[in-house]
Amino acid sequence: MALSGLDIYKLLPKTNCKDCGFATCLAFAMALAQKKVSLDKCPHITANAREALESAAQPPIKLVTIGTGSHKIEIGNETVMYRHEQKFYHPSAIGFLVEDAFSDADIGKAISDIKKLEFERVGQVISANLICIRNSSKNKEKFISAVKKVAASTDLCIALDSSDPAAMAEAAKAVKGRRPLIISPDAKSAPEFAKIAKENNAPLAVTCTSLDEVAQMTDAVKKAGIEEVVINLNEKSPSRKIQGFTYARRAALKKNFRALGYPVLAFTQQADPSLELAEAISYILKYAGIVIMKGRDKDFVFPLLVARQDVYQDPQKPVQVEPKIYEIGKVTKDSPVAVTTNFSITYFTVAGEVESSKVPTYVICCDSEGMSVLTAWAAEKFTAERIADTLKKSGIEGLVSHKKVIIPGYVSVLSGKLEEVSGWKVNVGPREASGIPNYLRNWK
Amino acid sequence: MPIELVKEKYSTPINTVEIGLGAQTVKIGGESTLPFLFDEGSMPNAPIVAPEILDCEPTEWSESLKGPFGDSMKDPVRWASKCVKDFNAKILCVRLQSTHPDYGGKNADHVIPIVNAIAKSAGVPLIIIGGGDDERDNDVLPKVSQALKGENCLFGIATQNNYKTLAATCLADGHSIIAESPIDINIAKQVNILISDMGFDPARIVMHPTTTSLGYGMEYVYSIMERGRLAAFIGDKMLAMPFVLFVGSEVWKTKESKESGAAQGINWEVATAVSMLQAGADLLVMRHPDAARTITKYIEIAMDRGGNK
Repeated sequence: MALSGLDIYKLLPKTNCKDCGFATCLAFAMALAQKKVSLDKCPHITANAREALESAAQPPIKLVTIGTGSHKIEIGNETVMYRHEQKFYHPSAIGFLVEDAFSDADIGKAISDIKKLEFERVGQVISANLICIRNSSKNKEKFISAVKKVAASTDLCIALDSSDPAAMAEAAKAVKGRRPLIISPDAKSAPEFAKIAKENNAPLAVTCTSLDEVAQMTDAVKKAGIEEVVINLNEKSPSRKIQGFTYARRAALKKNFRALGYPVLAFTQQADPSLELAEAISYILKYAGIVIMKGRDKDFVFPLLVARQDVYQDPQKPVQVEPKIYEIGKVTKDSPVAVTTNFSITYFTVAGEVESSKVPTYVICCDSEGMSVLTAWAAEKFTAERIADTLKKSGIEGLVSHKKVIIPGYVSVLSGKLEEVSGWKVNVGPREASGIPNYLRNWK
Repeated sequence: MPIELVKEKYSTPINTVEIGLGAQTVKIGGESTLPFLFDEGSMPNAPIVAPEILDCEPTEWSESLKGPFGDSMKDPVRWASKCVKDFNAKILCVRLQSTHPDYGGKNADHVIPIVNAIAKSAGVPLIIIGGGDDERDNDVLPKVSQALKGENCLFGIATQNNYKTLAATCLADGHSIIAESPIDINIAKQVNILISDMGFDPARIVMHPTTTSLGYGMEYVYSIMERGRLAAFIGDKMLAMPFVLFVGSEVWKTKESKESGAAQGINWEVATAVSMLQAGADLLVMRHPDAARTITKYIEIAMDRGGNK
């Protein structure tokens, strides 16, 4: 959160000594607020004031990078509480737990399952991001061997979860180049694990049971030289956890409270896979930077990844479908032709209703820059000329033996002009998509 | 370093709407905080799931969705009882699909005995939804409303362009009403105002902000609900209505739920429902009993304040 000129003024010496070249401290403060001048111009600034001013210039929630190369994940650096205020920037990383107490074969199976969790949806690839190896065997050798196995068989990011500092140190060293996330087991051991993170140039997750503890520990590990910290708030109830995440985000964004200005990590607790899915989605919606779960069946993971994709859509930038001809059902040269816009929701709604009409139909999406019908019409992105142009370029003339096109009822006003410029006969369809099945069944 | 927490305290809670009579009454709404943030306000009534049944045998439901109901779906009264007895429904949504011209265009004479029998045998509060054809709804719903006079049902759906008939009949017969808007906060408020202007108690309106499935614009609804809630909490009384979402009917239209086996469809419904709960949903109308069971359990877990007083 940027400081105002007056906020900055309060931190300056207020002596009006003019050493900075400005007539007064207030004038200097105003120039600082507008970023027109560097703080270095003031030779008398106190160390505390400098720290406060420099930290105010940092993003309120630290950006944390886990992993390297094309699979690296970046979390944090968020700016709003609600996505409608702007957008959520860095999609939550989705990770899966692998326990070193599993048999070798089971670990291998888990890794290969997790690697397959990759899907394509609305033109984007959505996939799992991370494997968290937990030292549940309490055996150092087993832990190291599991970590090495994971590292050797996948490029996914790695998180290390062990309460044994010796095991952690060796595991971190074994995957040093991979920039793994080191998860400390509790607050009191955070400084010791910070040392391991520091030696291996890795981010550190501090595990705490309250936000007070979090604030103390993030401060302590920062002093130990760890900049990139993740908060792991160990609350039993999911709602308490979300309350904690909400407090942390709000304190960082509204109060610029640095000690809570880090992304948060959530482990799921529910054993039932459907409930675990519900729990994981709640964390994605409510501010988690990383969610680590146990279940890895694709029937659960696919909807989870889609939920993340949905929530991290930019609300100001509508999702678009490719402007082209979509064939719905077994179309023939006598099938109806309907046009609509290329706003994804408009298209999906129309397509769904056409499908339920059971009348095979060509649906042509005009490039309306992703606007819905009425918005596009008002913005002149869905005009007679544009529709005529789309009809011509789409090649639909070669696919059907008639020249009749259905337009949305809301833009019936375009009929005359469209007939004139396109040479197609215009049929005015229903205003709402729900009227489509009935309309198509009676279309001739 | 002393910790600086910012607690949000809101001035206006959401209205509480009661559906049904006596010991079976279901209360929705009443919250004074964003979902499940119990440090900052209360949620006196847990959100609730209403299974959705049709008044006729569904012709378009996928096998994985029909499976759990077996042949009870041939008779809406048995279907309703199954939801209550086997799936533990505390409230039920009946969609009068048969009145729609595409599904038979049945008249009130056909529907009323069915609805009456359901009301009698199910013994839980009812949500009655028209078939979705404005003309047919305006003919059938008033008669059904009258047949259920005094039962304190929740009727829908009123829209900006078609609300008068339903509002007038609900007013006369003592029912609450669902006011729908097309993912638009201004229209949501407008419909609530229009209905209230007819003398309808605003505390008997439930808002439907439009439902969209996971992967089909769920996030638009999510954000509209958050915006509506925040406006209501700081005093906009014409947005202080509980939210109803028709999750089941939207989810089971998608190809992801229909074409990939039961598990994916169920999880698609769970994922959509939980997102709506985290946006402030009070009443979820759902279809698959497994999804409904998971969400009911989820609500129980989410309502657990974890030792916080």
